[in-house]
Amino acid sequence: MAGTALQRRLIWRTAEVQDLVDETPRVRSLVLEVPDWPGHVPGQHVDVRLTAEDGYQAQRSYSIASSPTGERVTLTVERLEDGEVSPYLAAELRVGDRLELRGPVGGYFVWDVSLGGPLLLVAGGSGICPLMAMLRLRHAAGSAVPTRLLYSSRSLEDVIYRDELDRMAADGTGLEVIHTLTRSVPQAWAGLHRRIDAAMLSAAAWPPADQPLSFICGPTPLVESAAESLVHLGHEPTRIKTERFGPTGG
Amino acid sequence: MTEQALRLDGNAAAGLLREVFVHELTDARGACAGCGAVGAMGAQHLYMSPRSPGAVLRCSACESVLMVVVHAGGRFRLGLQGLMWLEMRDAAATT
Repeated sequence: MAGTALQRRLIWRTAEVQDLVDETPRVRSLVLEVPDWPGHVPGQHVDVRLTAEDGYQAQRSYSIASSPTGERVTLTVERLEDGEVSPYLAAELRVGDRLELRGPVGGYFVWDVSLGGPLLLVAGGSGICPLMAMLRLRHAAGSAVPTRLLYSSRSLEDVIYRDELDRMAADGTGLEVIHTLTRSVPQAWAGLHRRIDAAMLSAAAWPPADQPLSFICGPTPLVESAAESLVHLGHEPTRIKTERFGPTGG
Repeated sequence: MTEQALRLDGNAAAGLLREVFVHELTDARGACAGCGAVGAMGAQHLYMSPRSPGAVLRCSACESVLMVVVHAGGRFRLGLQGLMWLEMRDAAATT
Protein backbone atom coordinates (compact mmCIF):
# COMPACT_ATOMS: atom_id res chain seq x y z
CA MET A 1 0.00 0.00 0.00
CA ALA A 2 3.03 2.25 0.05
CA GLY A 3 2.01 3.41 -3.40
CA THR A 4 -0.96 5.29 -1.98
CA ALA A 5 1.22 7.61 0.02
CA LEU A 6 3.44 9.12 -2.59
CA GLN A 7 5.11 11.90 -0.73
CA ARG A 8 5.28 14.39 -3.51
CA ARG A 9 3.52 17.60 -4.18
CA LEU A 10 0.21 17.26 -5.89
CA ILE A 11 0.58 18.78 -9.34
CA TRP A 12 -1.80 19.44 -12.20
CA ARG A 13 -0.98 17.33 -15.25
CA THR A 14 -2.27 17.72 -18.77
CA ALA A 15 -3.95 14.53 -19.94
CA GLU A 16 -4.85 13.75 -23.52
CA VAL A 17 -8.04 11.96 -24.51
CA GLN A 18 -7.08 8.75 -26.34
CA ASP A 19 -10.49 7.17 -26.63
CA LEU A 20 -14.14 7.74 -25.73
CA VAL A 21 -16.49 4.88 -24.95
CA ASP A 22 -20.25 5.33 -24.72
CA GLU A 23 -21.23 3.05 -21.85
CA THR A 24 -24.93 3.95 -21.65
CA PRO A 25 -27.04 6.75 -23.16
CA ARG A 26 -25.96 9.05 -20.31
CA VAL A 27 -22.55 7.73 -19.39
CA ARG A 28 -19.25 7.93 -21.20
CA SER A 29 -15.76 6.70 -20.38
CA LEU A 30 -12.76 8.87 -21.10
CA VAL A 31 -9.56 6.96 -21.74
CA LEU A 32 -6.67 9.25 -20.94
CA GLU A 33 -2.96 9.32 -21.52
CA VAL A 34 -1.44 11.04 -18.51
CA PRO A 35 2.26 11.96 -18.71
CA ASP A 36 4.30 10.69 -15.77
CA TRP A 37 1.27 9.08 -14.17
CA PRO A 38 2.55 7.78 -10.82
CA GLY A 39 0.15 4.82 -10.71
CA HIS A 40 -2.90 4.37 -8.54
CA VAL A 41 -4.76 2.02 -6.26
CA PRO A 42 -8.35 1.04 -7.13
CA GLY A 43 -10.78 3.33 -5.33
CA GLN A 44 -8.64 6.44 -5.68
CA HIS A 45 -9.89 9.47 -7.57
CA VAL A 46 -8.56 12.44 -9.50
CA ASP A 47 -9.59 16.06 -9.56
CA VAL A 48 -10.38 17.37 -13.04
CA ARG A 49 -10.14 21.09 -13.75
CA LEU A 50 -11.67 22.91 -16.70
CA THR A 51 -10.76 26.50 -17.52
CA ALA A 52 -13.03 28.68 -19.64
CA GLU A 53 -11.67 31.29 -22.05
CA ASP A 54 -12.44 34.02 -19.52
CA GLY A 55 -10.37 32.22 -16.91
CA TYR A 56 -13.29 30.81 -14.92
CA GLN A 57 -12.37 27.44 -13.48
CA ALA A 58 -14.55 24.54 -12.44
CA GLN A 59 -13.20 21.48 -10.67
CA ARG A 60 -14.74 18.05 -9.95
CA SER A 61 -13.58 14.73 -8.57
CA TYR A 62 -13.91 11.53 -10.57
CA SER A 63 -13.11 8.01 -9.46
CA ILE A 64 -10.62 6.12 -11.56
CA ALA A 65 -12.36 3.17 -13.24
CA SER A 66 -9.31 1.50 -14.78
CA SER A 67 -7.02 -1.09 -13.30
CA PRO A 68 -3.59 0.17 -12.26
CA THR A 69 -2.14 -2.63 -14.39
CA GLY A 70 -2.97 -0.67 -17.55
CA GLU A 71 -1.04 2.21 -19.10
CA ARG A 72 -3.97 4.56 -19.38
CA VAL A 73 -6.34 6.13 -16.92
CA THR A 74 -10.07 5.72 -17.48
CA LEU A 75 -12.67 8.01 -15.95
CA THR A 76 -16.36 7.27 -16.39
CA VAL A 77 -18.60 10.31 -16.37
CA GLU A 78 -22.37 10.49 -16.00
CA ARG A 79 -23.93 13.47 -17.73
CA LEU A 80 -25.97 15.51 -15.27
CA GLU A 81 -28.24 17.81 -17.24
CA ASP A 82 -27.79 20.88 -15.05
CA GLY A 83 -24.12 20.14 -14.41
CA GLU A 84 -21.28 22.52 -15.10
CA VAL A 85 -18.55 20.01 -15.96
CA SER A 86 -20.14 16.64 -16.76
CA PRO A 87 -22.06 17.76 -19.91
CA TYR A 88 -18.75 18.90 -21.39
CA LEU A 89 -16.85 15.75 -20.44
CA ALA A 90 -19.62 13.34 -21.39
CA ALA A 91 -20.79 14.97 -24.59
CA GLU A 92 -18.46 17.60 -26.06
CA LEU A 93 -14.99 16.24 -25.39
CA ARG A 94 -13.23 14.75 -28.44
CA VAL A 95 -10.33 12.38 -28.94
CA GLY A 96 -7.13 14.42 -28.90
CA ASP A 97 -8.52 17.06 -26.53
CA ARG A 98 -6.57 17.85 -23.41
CA LEU A 99 -7.69 18.33 -19.85
CA GLU A 100 -6.04 19.12 -16.57
CA LEU A 101 -6.08 16.62 -13.76
CA ARG A 102 -4.27 15.94 -10.53
CA GLY A 103 -3.96 12.84 -8.47
CA PRO A 104 -4.42 10.10 -7.70
CA VAL A 105 -5.70 11.03 -4.26
CA GLY A 106 -7.47 9.13 -1.53
CA GLY A 107 -6.10 6.42 0.72
CA TYR A 108 -9.19 5.25 2.57
CA PHE A 109 -11.72 3.92 0.06
CA VAL A 110 -9.14 1.71 -1.64
CA TRP A 111 -8.63 -1.96 -2.33
CA ASP A 112 -5.55 -3.81 -3.42
CA VAL A 113 -5.20 -7.55 -3.98
CA SER A 114 -3.09 -7.71 -0.83
CA LEU A 115 -6.12 -6.67 1.26
CA GLY A 116 -7.89 -9.89 0.27
CA GLY A 117 -11.52 -10.51 1.05
CA PRO A 118 -14.11 -11.84 0.81
CA LEU A 119 -15.32 -8.70 -0.88
CA LEU A 120 -18.79 -7.25 -0.98
CA LEU A 121 -19.17 -4.40 -3.44
CA VAL A 122 -22.38 -2.40 -3.45
CA ALA A 123 -23.01 0.15 -6.19
CA GLY A 124 -25.77 2.53 -7.14
CA GLY A 125 -25.61 3.91 -10.69
CA SER A 126 -22.24 5.41 -11.56
CA GLY A 127 -21.10 4.41 -8.05
CA ILE A 128 -19.84 1.36 -9.90
CA CYS A 129 -16.78 3.31 -11.17
CA PRO A 130 -14.29 2.93 -8.29
CA LEU A 131 -15.57 -0.61 -7.69
CA MET A 132 -14.91 -1.40 -11.36
CA ALA A 133 -11.26 -0.44 -10.83
CA MET A 134 -11.16 -3.02 -8.03
CA LEU A 135 -12.83 -5.69 -10.18
CA ARG A 136 -10.55 -4.95 -13.12
CA LEU A 137 -7.46 -5.26 -10.95
CA ARG A 138 -8.81 -8.45 -9.39
CA HIS A 139 -9.32 -9.84 -12.88
CA ALA A 140 -5.99 -8.62 -14.30
CA ALA A 141 -4.09 -9.98 -11.32
CA GLY A 142 -5.77 -13.39 -11.60
CA SER A 143 -7.07 -13.03 -8.07
CA ALA A 144 -9.66 -15.53 -6.85
CA VAL A 145 -10.79 -13.45 -3.86
CA PRO A 146 -14.48 -14.39 -3.40
CA THR A 147 -16.36 -11.30 -4.53
CA ARG A 148 -19.98 -10.31 -4.80
CA LEU A 149 -21.20 -7.19 -6.53
CA LEU A 150 -24.70 -5.92 -5.78
CA TYR A 151 -25.41 -3.30 -8.38
CA SER A 152 -28.50 -1.11 -8.60
CA SER A 153 -29.37 0.60 -11.89
CA ARG A 154 -32.48 2.33 -13.14
CA SER A 155 -32.94 0.04 -16.14
CA LEU A 156 -30.94 -2.55 -18.04
CA GLU A 157 -29.84 0.14 -20.54
CA ASP A 158 -28.42 2.12 -17.64
CA VAL A 159 -26.15 -0.69 -16.44
CA ILE A 160 -22.60 0.57 -16.93
CA TYR A 161 -19.95 -2.00 -17.99
CA ARG A 162 -22.66 -4.67 -18.40
CA ASP A 163 -20.84 -6.85 -20.93
CA GLU A 164 -17.51 -6.64 -19.16
CA LEU A 165 -19.14 -7.55 -15.83
CA ASP A 166 -20.84 -10.54 -17.48
CA ARG A 167 -17.51 -11.70 -18.87
CA MET A 168 -15.69 -11.32 -15.57
CA ALA A 169 -18.47 -13.13 -13.72
CA ALA A 170 -18.20 -16.05 -16.14
CA ASP A 171 -14.44 -16.53 -15.83
CA GLY A 172 -14.69 -18.98 -12.93
CA THR A 173 -12.65 -16.98 -10.41
CA GLY A 174 -15.48 -16.52 -7.95
CA LEU A 175 -17.10 -13.24 -8.90
CA GLU A 176 -20.87 -13.08 -8.57
CA VAL A 177 -22.77 -10.11 -9.99
CA ILE A 178 -26.28 -9.41 -8.73
CA HIS A 179 -28.20 -6.73 -10.62
CA THR A 180 -31.25 -4.96 -9.35
CA LEU A 181 -33.27 -2.58 -11.52
CA THR A 182 -35.21 0.18 -9.83
CA ARG A 183 -37.40 1.48 -12.67
CA SER A 184 -38.12 -0.34 -15.88
CA VAL A 185 -37.30 -3.99 -16.42
CA PRO A 186 -37.20 -6.02 -19.63
CA GLN A 187 -40.15 -8.34 -20.16
CA ALA A 188 -38.40 -11.54 -19.30
CA TRP A 189 -36.44 -10.06 -16.38
CA ALA A 190 -36.05 -12.68 -13.68
CA GLY A 191 -33.77 -10.60 -11.50
CA LEU A 192 -34.40 -8.16 -8.68
CA HIS A 193 -36.65 -5.19 -9.29
CA ARG A 194 -36.45 -2.78 -6.36
CA ARG A 195 -34.05 -0.49 -4.55
CA ILE A 196 -31.28 -2.06 -2.50
CA ASP A 197 -32.73 -2.95 0.89
CA ALA A 198 -31.88 -4.88 4.04
CA ALA A 199 -33.30 -8.18 2.73
CA MET A 200 -31.23 -7.91 -0.45
CA LEU A 201 -28.07 -7.15 1.50
CA SER A 202 -28.76 -9.95 3.91
CA ALA A 203 -28.93 -12.37 0.97
CA ALA A 204 -25.86 -10.92 -0.81
CA ALA A 205 -23.54 -10.28 2.14
CA TRP A 206 -20.90 -12.71 3.30
CA PRO A 207 -21.29 -14.07 6.82
CA PRO A 208 -19.81 -11.53 9.25
CA ALA A 209 -17.66 -14.35 10.70
CA ASP A 210 -15.76 -14.44 7.38
CA GLN A 211 -14.60 -10.88 8.13
CA PRO A 212 -15.58 -9.53 4.73
CA LEU A 213 -14.50 -6.18 3.41
CA SER A 214 -17.35 -4.09 2.06
CA PHE A 215 -17.20 -1.10 -0.27
CA ILE A 216 -20.35 0.90 -0.94
CA CYS A 217 -20.52 3.70 -3.50
CA GLY A 218 -23.47 5.63 -4.85
CA PRO A 219 -25.95 8.33 -3.94
CA THR A 220 -25.82 9.31 -0.27
CA PRO A 221 -29.18 7.77 0.80
CA LEU A 222 -28.29 4.42 -0.79
CA VAL A 223 -24.84 4.40 0.78
CA GLU A 224 -26.07 5.27 4.24
CA SER A 225 -28.94 2.76 4.29
CA ALA A 226 -26.73 -0.02 2.91
CA ALA A 227 -23.98 0.68 5.45
CA GLU A 228 -26.52 0.73 8.26
CA SER A 229 -28.02 -2.58 7.11
CA LEU A 230 -24.60 -4.23 7.07
CA VAL A 231 -23.87 -3.00 10.60
CA HIS A 232 -27.23 -4.44 11.73
CA LEU A 233 -26.29 -7.73 10.11
CA GLY A 234 -23.24 -7.81 12.37
CA HIS A 235 -20.51 -6.55 10.05
CA GLU A 236 -17.56 -4.77 11.63
CA PRO A 237 -18.12 -1.03 10.93
CA THR A 238 -14.44 -0.37 10.25
CA ARG A 239 -14.55 -2.97 7.45
CA ILE A 240 -17.40 -1.16 5.69
CA LYS A 241 -16.04 1.64 3.53
CA THR A 242 -18.29 4.18 1.93
CA GLU A 243 -18.08 6.76 -0.82
CA ARG A 244 -21.10 9.04 -1.06
CA PHE A 245 -21.82 11.07 -4.18
CA GLY A 246 -23.63 13.86 -2.38
CA PRO A 247 -24.06 17.21 -4.15
CA THR A 248 -21.30 16.70 -6.70
CA GLY A 249 -22.68 19.51 -8.81
CA GLY A 250 -22.00 17.54 -12.01
CA MET B 1 -31.62 20.14 0.29
CA THR B 2 -31.56 17.90 3.35
CA GLU B 3 -28.48 17.52 5.50
CA GLN B 4 -28.22 13.90 4.42
CA ALA B 5 -28.14 14.84 0.76
CA LEU B 6 -25.26 17.24 1.41
CA ARG B 7 -23.15 14.72 3.29
CA LEU B 8 -20.00 13.27 1.74
CA ASP B 9 -17.16 11.13 3.04
CA GLY B 10 -13.91 12.66 4.20
CA ASN B 11 -12.40 10.75 1.32
CA ALA B 12 -13.82 13.36 -1.08
CA ALA B 13 -11.57 16.04 0.44
CA ALA B 14 -8.40 14.14 -0.44
CA GLY B 15 -7.36 16.62 -3.13
CA LEU B 16 -8.06 19.70 -1.02
CA LEU B 17 -6.21 18.25 1.96
CA ARG B 18 -3.23 17.35 -0.18
CA GLU B 19 -2.91 21.06 -0.97
CA VAL B 20 -2.26 21.68 2.71
CA PHE B 21 -0.61 18.48 3.92
CA VAL B 22 2.32 16.61 2.43
CA HIS B 23 0.73 13.33 3.51
CA GLU B 24 -2.35 11.67 2.13
CA LEU B 25 -4.77 12.48 4.90
CA THR B 26 -7.81 10.31 4.23
CA ASP B 27 -6.22 7.23 5.76
CA ALA B 28 -4.80 9.22 8.70
CA ARG B 29 -6.49 8.51 12.03
CA GLY B 30 -7.73 11.18 14.34
CA ALA B 31 -9.45 11.46 17.70
CA CYS B 32 -12.55 13.62 18.11
CA ALA B 33 -12.14 16.21 20.85
CA GLY B 34 -15.89 16.08 21.40
CA CYS B 35 -16.57 12.40 22.01
CA GLY B 36 -13.17 10.72 21.83
CA ALA B 37 -14.07 8.52 18.85
CA VAL B 38 -11.04 7.47 16.81
CA GLY B 39 -11.32 6.89 13.09
CA ALA B 40 -9.88 7.45 9.64
CA MET B 41 -10.40 10.96 8.25
CA GLY B 42 -11.81 9.39 5.08
CA ALA B 43 -14.60 7.82 7.14
CA GLN B 44 -15.80 11.07 8.72
CA HIS B 45 -18.64 13.19 7.42
CA LEU B 46 -17.68 15.89 4.97
CA TYR B 47 -19.66 18.96 3.95
CA MET B 48 -18.25 20.53 0.82
CA SER B 49 -19.77 21.64 -2.45
CA PRO B 50 -18.04 22.47 -5.73
CA ARG B 51 -18.57 26.21 -5.38
CA SER B 52 -17.84 26.50 -1.66
CA PRO B 53 -14.49 27.99 -0.64
CA GLY B 54 -13.71 25.12 1.69
CA ALA B 55 -14.84 22.09 3.59
CA VAL B 56 -16.04 21.09 7.04
CA LEU B 57 -15.21 17.66 8.38
CA ARG B 58 -17.45 16.39 11.18
CA CYS B 59 -17.15 13.38 13.46
CA SER B 60 -19.22 10.48 12.10
CA ALA B 61 -20.04 9.44 15.68
CA CYS B 62 -21.14 12.73 17.27
CA GLU B 63 -21.16 15.31 14.42
CA SER B 64 -18.76 17.65 16.23
CA VAL B 65 -16.63 19.73 13.88
CA LEU B 66 -13.21 18.10 13.54
CA MET B 67 -11.58 20.25 10.91
CA VAL B 68 -12.33 23.27 8.75
CA VAL B 69 -10.33 24.07 5.62
CA VAL B 70 -10.95 27.33 3.80
CA HIS B 71 -9.25 28.26 0.55
CA ALA B 72 -9.99 31.86 -0.36
CA GLY B 73 -8.23 35.11 -1.06
CA GLY B 74 -4.98 33.39 -1.91
CA ARG B 75 -4.72 31.70 1.49
CA PHE B 76 -5.56 28.45 3.18
CA ARG B 77 -6.94 28.57 6.69
CA LEU B 78 -7.00 25.37 8.66
CA GLY B 79 -9.06 24.97 11.86
CA LEU B 80 -8.19 21.87 13.86
CA GLN B 81 -9.95 22.68 17.13
CA GLY B 82 -12.07 19.53 17.04
CA LEU B 83 -9.20 17.07 16.83
CA MET B 84 -7.31 15.88 19.90
CA TRP B 85 -4.70 14.33 17.68
CA LEU B 86 -4.04 13.29 14.11
CA GLU B 87 -1.81 10.40 13.21
CA MET B 88 -0.47 9.67 9.74
CA ARG B 89 1.63 6.88 8.38
CA ASP B 90 5.24 7.72 7.69
CA ALA B 91 5.60 6.42 4.16
CA ALA B 92 9.38 6.67 4.42
CA ALA B 93 9.44 4.22 7.33
CA THR B 94 9.77 0.54 6.48
CA THR B 95 6.93 -1.53 7.81
